[in-house]
Amino acid sequence: MNTTPHAIVMLRRNFKHIARNPTTVFNAVLMPVIIMLMFVYMFGDAFDVGVDYIDYATPGLVLLAVCYGLGSTATAVNSDMTTGIINRFKVMDVSRSAVLTGHVVASLLTNVIAVAVLLGVAFLLGFGPSASALDWLGVAGMVVLLGFSTGWLTIALGLAAKSPETAGLASVPLVMLPFFSSAIVPADTMGPGLAQFAQYQPFTPIIETMRGLLAGTPSAGDAILAVGWCVAIALAGYLWAAATFTKRA
Amino acid sequence: MTTSAIAVTGLRKTFKDRTVLDGVDLDVGSGTVFSLLGPNGAGKTTTVNLLTTLLRADGGTARVAGHDLETEAKAVRAAIGVTGQFAAVDELLTGQENLQLMVDLHGASAGDGRRRVTELLERFELTEFAQKPASTYSGGMRRKLDLAMTLVGDPRIVFLDEPTTGLDPRSRRTMWSIIRELVADGVTIFLTTQYLEEADQLADRIAVLDQGRIVAQGTPDELKRQLPGTHIRLRFAGTAELDAAAQVLADATRDDDGLTLRVPGDGGTASLRALLDRLDEYSLTADELSVHTPDLDDVFLALTGHTTEATK
Repeated sequence: MNTTPHAIVMLRRNFKHIARNPTTVFNAVLMPVIIMLMFVYMFGDAFDVGVDYIDYATPGLVLLAVCYGLGSTATAVNSDMTTGIINRFKVMDVSRSAVLTGHVVASLLTNVIAVAVLLGVAFLLGFGPSASALDWLGVAGMVVLLGFSTGWLTIALGLAAKSPETAGLASVPLVMLPFFSSAIVPADTMGPGLAQFAQYQPFTPIIETMRGLLAGTPSAGDAILAVGWCVAIALAGYLWAAATFTKRA
Repeated sequence: MTTSAIAVTGLRKTFKDRTVLDGVDLDVGSGTVFSLLGPNGAGKTTTVNLLTTLLRADGGTARVAGHDLETEAKAVRAAIGVTGQFAAVDELLTGQENLQLMVDLHGASAGDGRRRVTELLERFELTEFAQKPASTYSGGMRRKLDLAMTLVGDPRIVFLDEPTTGLDPRSRRTMWSIIRELVADGVTIFLTTQYLEEADQLADRIAVLDQGRIVAQGTPDELKRQLPGTHIRLRFAGTAELDAAAQVLADATRDDDGLTLRVPGDGGTASLRALLDRLDEYSLTADELSVHTPDLDDVFLALTGHTTEATK
């Protein structure tokens, strides 16, 4: 007997979905690159951030790349619920955790690929980080933690939505939120109110952590805050997802 | 009598304040086809969802494949296969990948799995389209793929929830012959349908479900026997002809509005000839003659007081 764990079977399935859907690939991998080109070439010279703009923007764009991959996760999770295939899985004793883990890991892998592509382009554009191997490991850890936590939150959004269309819409705030952080420009250059929001929203410490690591000057305060936010988001997302799944399917 | 594949007593289900199933009793013999017949909203899908562990009952007991639904859900799931009303196929995967997904989830060895996939593709005439995504399949092909996926685990009891709703007549016939093949292999079929002809064609036993209650249960013939038998219907040109004919054919029932007479008879050529001879003898002619065999539509009307059409 071949006993491939159900979660792995589900992961393979979800990954095939992502790879086969041109819109998903475009949104998750190409869109962040396009935004990077836009900001670096079109607007970059207009922003005075004190350092080379590509060096400033890359950490924020890494976060953006993670967020852009989430829309399709929400849609995919919702499709599973609304097309009836979930009932097939349930009757086959495929566990809730296998179905959801498949989605979260597929989402995470997409994020990792998107971030890798984005960093590749960043280097072509003259990105010059001074991070040590250990700092890079920290960046990788941050990306994985971010992808994991926002992934769970997105899955909960996808489960709670009525249709795949509204599920896609529900993830829009996650896509917009990076713009209201220190991703593109420093928070203190923003107008009153917005500046405070950007300062204290969860994405800012995450970006600042990656920025610090990539510059070779990691900041422990930001890192603790970033990890705290990620754990909180992951936990909230997971609990919400688990509760919604039980109620819905 | 064979052993029970499904035995249900007093099954109840309420959604909010709406009672969907109100004490349903069923008994399905192993290796037989059982059809749950009823209009939309009668509670057919709810019954299937309860019996396949997708929903929990509010009352009653049920054993499926010898296992208690409530306490041995896992054992029930291992014995059953379900093809729901909406084809539960993965649209983005090809036909072959859909089947392979089922094989992987069931945990067959790689070689056995491949063989099973090829065999099912052939059996359901999907080999030609095996490499095409399921999203490009027609409704009939989707249903076939769905059923093929259900059969990957070799279920002994297969639940088919309105398997032919929305299919064209040809696809419907194909589905019927597939169901018959399954029965020949000893599989128990629990079929829901709103097509009376379908239940008549396939089922060994039929239960008529109406507003959450079983209003009749029996073989198709038993149900038909609850109705007036076969009769010959004669339609006349006018009241004068109808009056004359009614005097000659004393055992007929007349319907003045339709200008028709219903003459009991078996529809065989001998009784038909006798009737025609008798009409000839009195120089009577009917505008139209039809032999009427009661179908399950009549059964439904007789049992529930409303037709199936009205609620569609």
